[in-house]
Amino acid sequence: MTTLTKPEGAPAPTGPDSFLSVRDLKVRFSTEDGIVKAVDGLSFDVERGRTLGIVGESGSGKSVTNLTILGLHNPRTSTVDGEIVLDGKELVTATEKELERLRGNKMAMIFQDPLTALSPYYTVGRQLSEPFMKHTGASKKEARDRAVHMLEKVGIPQPRTRFDDYPHQFSGGMRQRAMIAMALMCDPDLLIADEPTTALDVTVQAQILDLLKDLQQEFGSAIIFITHDLGVISTMADDLLVMYAGRAVERGSVKEVLRTPKHPYTWGLLSSMPRLDGDINEELTPIPGSPPSLLNPPSGCPFHPRCAFTGEVPGSRCTDVRPPLADGRASACHLSAEQKQTIFIDKIQPRLR
Amino acid sequence: MSDNLTLPAQQGSPGTSTEELLKVEGLTKHFPIHGGFPIKRKVGAVQAVDGIDLTIGVGESVGMVGESGCGKSTAGRLITRLLEPTGGRITYSGQDITHASRRQLAPVRSEIQMIFQDPYSSLNPRQTVGSIIKSPMEVNGIEPAGGREKRVRELLELVGLNPEHYNRFPHEFSGGQRQRIGVARALALRPKLIVADEPVSALDVSIQAQVVNLLKKVQEEMGIAFLFIAHDLAIVRHFSQRVAVMYLGKIVEVGDRESIYHRPRHPYTHALLSAVPEVAMDDETETRERIRLAGDVPSPIHPPSGCRFRTRCWKAQDTCASEEPPLLQISGNREGHLTACHFPEEPTTEARGEDVVLDPALVALEEEN
Repeated sequence: MTTLTKPEGAPAPTGPDSFLSVRDLKVRFSTEDGIVKAVDGLSFDVERGRTLGIVGESGSGKSVTNLTILGLHNPRTSTVDGEIVLDGKELVTATEKELERLRGNKMAMIFQDPLTALSPYYTVGRQLSEPFMKHTGASKKEARDRAVHMLEKVGIPQPRTRFDDYPHQFSGGMRQRAMIAMALMCDPDLLIADEPTTALDVTVQAQILDLLKDLQQEFGSAIIFITHDLGVISTMADDLLVMYAGRAVERGSVKEVLRTPKHPYTWGLLSSMPRLDGDINEELTPIPGSPPSLLNPPSGCPFHPRCAFTGEVPGSRCTDVRPPLADGRASACHLSAEQKQTIFIDKIQPRLR
Repeated sequence: MSDNLTLPAQQGSPGTSTEELLKVEGLTKHFPIHGGFPIKRKVGAVQAVDGIDLTIGVGESVGMVGESGCGKSTAGRLITRLLEPTGGRITYSGQDITHASRRQLAPVRSEIQMIFQDPYSSLNPRQTVGSIIKSPMEVNGIEPAGGREKRVRELLELVGLNPEHYNRFPHEFSGGQRQRIGVARALALRPKLIVADEPVSALDVSIQAQVVNLLKKVQEEMGIAFLFIAHDLAIVRHFSQRVAVMYLGKIVEVGDRESIYHRPRHPYTHALLSAVPEVAMDDETETRERIRLAGDVPSPIHPPSGCRFRTRCWKAQDTCASEEPPLLQISGNREGHLTACHFPEEPTTEARGEDVVLDPALVALEEEN
């Protein structure tokens, strides 16, 4: 896999001056039943030319985080606290006008379901060229050339004629390609891909993932890649953030987190997932219970009601104290580093073979 | 049963002592397309399932994999006779049920049950869990010893739910728990065959394993035969002794688990397996072959002539367009491993000398980089 090596042309990540930095982000929705803490104190950084993967189950706050970065949340029902800095620009306090100038230009998004994300009323070509004309002031002709070029780049056959087609005339995989082309029209510095392949078949998914990786090499964008599939993350991301109940529970490079995971939730995810070359006689080890309600999240560590290792932590710290997530390679868990290592080697690793 | 798992080939292959429960021959389902004005007439047909052969033994778990639109769900619904077949034959324990009437089917219906994909739409929101699980017994007039309610409580306990929740409504349960209710309902009549159509794909990752383990327990302990339809190859492998791979209405390869996953012959099976994203636990995993097909699955309204996979196949030749490859045990295959291909691949999933990349955009980008 040639794509795994870093491209030489891409700007090398230099120290802590990250391109996107999210600090202590809190997103709350008020509903009839009470306040939902969808994101509760999340911090992370993304560097140029690198891919940050975010995994978590439905309701873990991964999609909300990214809608908030783009400013696509509903301001009437939600409150946002914390800091989102994109290339030196604060986004939480930015006005709608400023955000409009950034969206589709400096930052772009690829949505999960291209059929609902594309307008059925306009041709694919028009949907591609309009934001380009708006952001760059290009003429219709220039925008068309650019759109045709991008459609060709993402592998749409006969892009010149396909330009005038409507989304329903495209197949599922082609629609997702068109979405990618649309996101890349203005050469964005930040690309957010929210479950971009979940609605696709495996063989098409493999094509799209490879396409995204190859395009990233060429465009050098930073990518935030959201998924619930650890296999997809393993092939796509450089760094990984595991989210649970609106918080980050583990962070590190993909290799570190998937090969030597340190948080019981990550252990649970890995051992509940069947593998193509795994031992069939080995039973899957699911995580007991189900994800918590965010209306009333558990006290202390939000994972403690489902955790098998709370007994190893002295006292009632798991139920009382919320474990912090340190910077860099870290996991938010009260187990000591030695405990994590012994438990992983003795109990978890044998199941993953 | 788990002791025998080292010998899946013997266990799974047809022709061994395993008794046949269900046999499907040349099963076909074409959905008509009507069009035209002012008189609507049939202008074509979606060839959803186009002549599949499959046998399921007593207590055997058979997996069916394929991409969306390949006809695997339609096949499941034909076998449970929720759809009327256009052609072919379905034999259930020696009895031809292909076009059986409602009355003729009544005794068979209780023995073939189904678990549906979406636990939200497959349970009636106005009925309590108790009456949902009880209704199959009422419909079939079954009066178990100790009463229906006692049986329902037993079933709830069996699937890992609290029997006290008998009077609750489906909305009070999470997705995983609802799917357990669906399993309990399917088990209510002590069936001999359960068709599970994507039973876990609507669930969260951490919940999927709970339901897979439950189904596996049910299958092994109660000796129920399963047709497990799913698109997730790793889950199907975990569950099934024998696996059938479908593409555009046809079975292109069928065999025991070991043969399909480690010695596949059909190019499509190779492509499917190589496309599964896997967590690289160590650098060894990188030695899997890499195949990237071009484009999407063609429309089942006008499927390609000859071999249906030929339009996306890297080995296609003129023969593939003119002649449809029969599903046969080709040389080099083990007993019971059938492949429908004129130019089969080597029986290995190891990386090959050169990746097969057919996608023109990928080819262009990878040449540049």
